[in-house]
Amino acid sequence: MSKSDHEHHRERDSEATFGEYGGQYVPEALMPAVQELEDAYERYVLNNEDGFMDEFRERMADFGGRPTPLQRADRLSERYDREIYLKREDLLHGGAHKLNNALGQVLLAKYMGKERIIAETGAGQHGTATAMAAAHLEMPCEIYMGRTDINRQRPNVYRMRMNGAEVNPVTAGSATLKEAINETMRDWATTVETTHYVIGSVVGPHPFPKLVRDFQAVIGQEAREQIRERAGRLPDSVVACAGGGSNTMGTFHAFVPDDAVDLYAVEAGGSSLEIDEENALAPNSATLSTGTGGVLHGAMTKLLQSEDGQIMESHSVSAGLDYAGVGPELSHLVDTGRVTPASVGDEAALNGFHRLSNLEGIIPALESSHALGYLEESHDELGDLVVVNVSGRGDKDLETVLEETEKRDLEAAPDVEVFGQ
Amino acid sequence: MSDIEAAIRDNHPALITYLTAGDPSLEDTKAYVEALDRGGADLIELGLPFSEPIAEGPTIQAAINRALDAGTTPAGFFELVDELETEAPLLVMTYYNMILQYGDSEAPRASESDAAPPQSKPDVRLFVERAAEVGLSGIIVPDLPAEESEPLRAACDEHGLDLVFIVAPTTEGERLETIMSQVSGFAYVQARLGTTGARADVSNATHDSLARLSAYDVPKAVGFGVSKGDHAAEIIEAGADGVIVGSALIDIVAESDTPAIDLEAKAEELKRGAIRGTDGTGEDEIDAPEPEQP
Repeated sequence: MSKSDHEHHRERDSEATFGEYGGQYVPEALMPAVQELEDAYERYVLNNEDGFMDEFRERMADFGGRPTPLQRADRLSERYDREIYLKREDLLHGGAHKLNNALGQVLLAKYMGKERIIAETGAGQHGTATAMAAAHLEMPCEIYMGRTDINRQRPNVYRMRMNGAEVNPVTAGSATLKEAINETMRDWATTVETTHYVIGSVVGPHPFPKLVRDFQAVIGQEAREQIRERAGRLPDSVVACAGGGSNTMGTFHAFVPDDAVDLYAVEAGGSSLEIDEENALAPNSATLSTGTGGVLHGAMTKLLQSEDGQIMESHSVSAGLDYAGVGPELSHLVDTGRVTPASVGDEAALNGFHRLSNLEGIIPALESSHALGYLEESHDELGDLVVVNVSGRGDKDLETVLEETEKRDLEAAPDVEVFGQ
Repeated sequence: MSDIEAAIRDNHPALITYLTAGDPSLEDTKAYVEALDRGGADLIELGLPFSEPIAEGPTIQAAINRALDAGTTPAGFFELVDELETEAPLLVMTYYNMILQYGDSEAPRASESDAAPPQSKPDVRLFVERAAEVGLSGIIVPDLPAEESEPLRAACDEHGLDLVFIVAPTTEGERLETIMSQVSGFAYVQARLGTTGARADVSNATHDSLARLSAYDVPKAVGFGVSKGDHAAEIIEAGADGVIVGSALIDIVAESDTPAIDLEAKAEELKRGAIRGTDGTGEDEIDAPEPEQP
């Protein structure tokens, strides 16, 4: 290898990785497309070529409803005896932070001259956001979704269809998010010359983790400005839920250089943190808290895996957190100590859901409810001024919540039996 | 010259076969590999099953699921290879995470200790060491592009194993140069975009790819979609040194009442087809493509 080759390799490495995580572990057929995307990321996103970022921000304001408010939660502040502020991403068009990334990528695909959009979806939130963005920008769109998820998230399937997207059921394995990503990658390997894959989180091969983070970073940028206006200073801590990690990185990114601000990534503890090695099953999705390094879906990152390296089935009451991997940058920030991983179980999340609904009049997504569950459990450690990201609204979760609440004796739940009569 | 390169050059035109190890059991795989060896396979790829096979089509996905359901592990896989005594050299085809995690059971899980200790970095050398020990001649990793291959390549060099790279229809220009300069064993020419799986015809992309590669003096074998003797003839006639067949063999494993007998016969058919491709008689049995076709 000549010296210049070596230097080129090293330079590429530092751009494609976060410490030992990240990289581009994809089939050869996809490498040219991944490199084309790297080029587009640099030109349009980092350098605002042809006014790309200006158009993105303008559309996020007009179509998306940005900026979203930072709201003081009066009852929670009283309950926990400290200042609690909520970043209201649930008020973004579509009801979750997902549109930030979906609109950004569909617009980027247009600038790149791509003719077709594909995406995977787990709970259906990324799928609906992508379908909306594709309709808004007149791009044909196909969404891959696990059969299990289709059955438990029917309203989102209808929303995607209404926005003109095709929904392709995936039946392999447990027929959830992991299998949907596999199948979308297979489609992309076939149609790569004309199609852009709008990946739904800060996962996948470089440049996706950075690209998605940069589109989501508006959450933290706004929150940082808003809290300084409202409270006159930066918060002591920022709390966000973490599945793949797009709302997490979006919320944290602007705060990472602020050493005095503690960052908490709250994962789904499911029913237990113990791993069932025999059945290759993790009854949780706490990848940052319990996972080990490996390669999945194009990146080196922390994973829920068996000793042999088989990826485990994960579990959470919240479909949107139910994933055996996590963004490589989050893995790195956890290893360096900048981000503290935490987890709360299904029950604490359900209580968090009911508490915010009942006390503040905001029905949060079950994903966001994990951050609220952590606030209840650990508020004493979070300082006097806390920002919690409410990544989405919970209308999509009502059926699951009713079902799960009926099974349990939850302290924060209202009497739901009347609904069954 | 490596075992693999010699197997292709000395047996030109070469037949390369793929089976998923452990489908439906490791004992069955042993019998099937021996049948393919008897039938004329010059090189045999064995898939070590991984739970997320993103490069595979439905046929091999199903084979991998059967193998995993049967409890196939890397340890069992290596024992099988150790027992096999084939004339054809053996390669392992698996995904990168299986190589990274092999033999790493000593690494502590984060949950078992306080204050996140620096995890022992996954190390690819243990896998390569064991592969060499049981007599494997090479490794193919569908989710490891040349850009990420340095650690594995170094380990393979150290143990005298070939690390085989895939050349896709989208591989052009500088990337093609880079990959062709690193060819070890042979260049695995992906016949078409998409995933693995038997097809009814030979894609035009095959002819384009072989034309693009004709200037490079390395063995070239074509896979993805090859299922019949006639395909083999057409591909060899188009300039390939070998054909790679997987899904068509897995169909036999899944559907035949006498898989070993049928696999041996299929290998014979494919090898005969490949040989036909070298003497020009292949044209009589197939619709030869228009040479000028885009």
